[in-house]
Amino acid sequence: MKQDRIISAILMGLALSAILGLSLIAVFVFKEGVPIVLRIGARDFLLSAEWNPKEGLFGIRSMIVGSAMVTLGAMLIGGTFSLGLALVLTQFAPPRLTHVLKPVIELLAGIPSVVYGFVGVQTLVPFIREHLGGPGLSVLAASIVLGIMVLPTITSISVDALQAVPRSYWEGSIALGATRWQTAHRVMLRAARSGIIAAVILGMGRAVGETMAVIMVGGNTLAVPRGPLDPVRTLTANIALEMGYATGAHREALFATGVTLFVFIMILNTVALAVSRRRSSGAAFR
Amino acid sequence: MVQRIGRDAAAALLALAVTSGGCHRQDERSPVSVIGSTSIQPFAELLAQEYEKKHPDRKVDVQGGGSTAGLQAVASGLADIGMCSRELSPEEAREFNAVTIARDGLAVVVNHANPVDSLSLEQIRGIFSGRIRRWKEVGGTDEPIRVITREESSGTRDCFVHLVMRDEKISREALVQESSGAVKELVQGNPGAIGYISLGLVGKELKAVRVDGVEPTPEKVLAGQYKLVRPLLFVTKGPAAPKAKDFIDFVLLPESQQALEAEGLIRAR
Repeated sequence: MKQDRIISAILMGLALSAILGLSLIAVFVFKEGVPIVLRIGARDFLLSAEWNPKEGLFGIRSMIVGSAMVTLGAMLIGGTFSLGLALVLTQFAPPRLTHVLKPVIELLAGIPSVVYGFVGVQTLVPFIREHLGGPGLSVLAASIVLGIMVLPTITSISVDALQAVPRSYWEGSIALGATRWQTAHRVMLRAARSGIIAAVILGMGRAVGETMAVIMVGGNTLAVPRGPLDPVRTLTANIALEMGYATGAHREALFATGVTLFVFIMILNTVALAVSRRRSSGAAFR
Repeated sequence: MVQRIGRDAAAALLALAVTSGGCHRQDERSPVSVIGSTSIQPFAELLAQEYEKKHPDRKVDVQGGGSTAGLQAVASGLADIGMCSRELSPEEAREFNAVTIARDGLAVVVNHANPVDSLSLEQIRGIFSGRIRRWKEVGGTDEPIRVITREESSGTRDCFVHLVMRDEKISREALVQESSGAVKELVQGNPGAIGYISLGLVGKELKAVRVDGVEPTPEKVLAGQYKLVRPLLFVTKGPAAPKAKDFIDFVLLPESQQALEAEGLIRAR
């Protein structure tokens, strides 16, 4: 009994250390980044598209628009494929194939992002330049690379959500004379809806935070991208490109970029959490 | 038997730990630490190897990080020598002692498929500032110009801004790449691209344009005709410490200078 209590105390300590780590990082990033936002005004910081550290101009609109466009593109591409894959794996593929395919897709998550970036630069970028126009380094290239990178996250969580739907739903639908496809998209997808939304939002978090691959295929310009073929600099790329040498106000502005990112991801994760809570409370199927 | 091997290995490790610990105790025998510009780094590494071959009892540690980081490292005493691939600013020149170990030409490069092979300084400035947007305007095909620049901390970028752009700004629409290698890769793959890299890195894959009619070759740089040249500096805080000075003197020896020339650089004097 006593031993149990000691071990549980140790485990509790370890669990709390994760929270401690998070709060330390949050405090540090906010402490470094917030003062400059207050100094130049949140509006100017977020809405101005003039980023020129040497002249003291810190506006991150291009990066915010860039991150949003790239993430949206990645979700359109990655989300569509992941959802299709999850449906096939749970509803249509023979179980043996699922047993092989799911681990293979999860293996994608283990490939380092620099490898994705390199493959993107070597194959995707020239393809876009030659067949679609523009410089090749673009929102589209970044979206496709990120779409592939979020595939394992979204697919495996969606598969779990679909598998968690009670078997009786499926049996009932089939018994009523619905086809397998009708059952899949009218019953199973709906019943697993909140889990799938949570999966997409988690994938989004990954896409927003990805850095290396995006630097390699995005082009990193300071101009606001106007279309999918324009080059783009994301929030993360901005930090990574300039952190190494930034001092003074410039460094603070990069931390403020980090704060923006932090807030964005916190919002995404909170929404994901809220949505998946709703699922477990049983209110998913209306 | 296995135990004995284990014991021997432990003894060897211990001996290694003791001797390497011993090195740090005496300042004169600790490695000379050289930190800074990634443009100089490969050349400094090459010379460090040669130096260690000649003086087996000495060691030189070379690290990258960028020109500005190199200066900071020297200022804080972290490094014995800083590598800087740009001119020092007036304040920096007051704070540091600099020795030019070699010079490096800056080449403006385009794709081989591009018919343009000569540009004036004014045209280059126009292209990089975004005023000239199509190759047609400088005697080429009717294609958009894709300007490629380096990230802001790059010594190469700093030189390019000083030597070419002067008071004008590089266009916001320019693509930003993190290394000379990435710039090369892009220009090589894109017929409409233009970028700038160190002259020694041009190679056969790219075409370096004539600037104001002068070919970018080491000979033209030595003759003082090709103007896009930057110094590669070894920087110390105050007079160099004896062990650092010994390495700097080695770099300035004629055979070291020849080795640098063989790598595509231009000798200091």
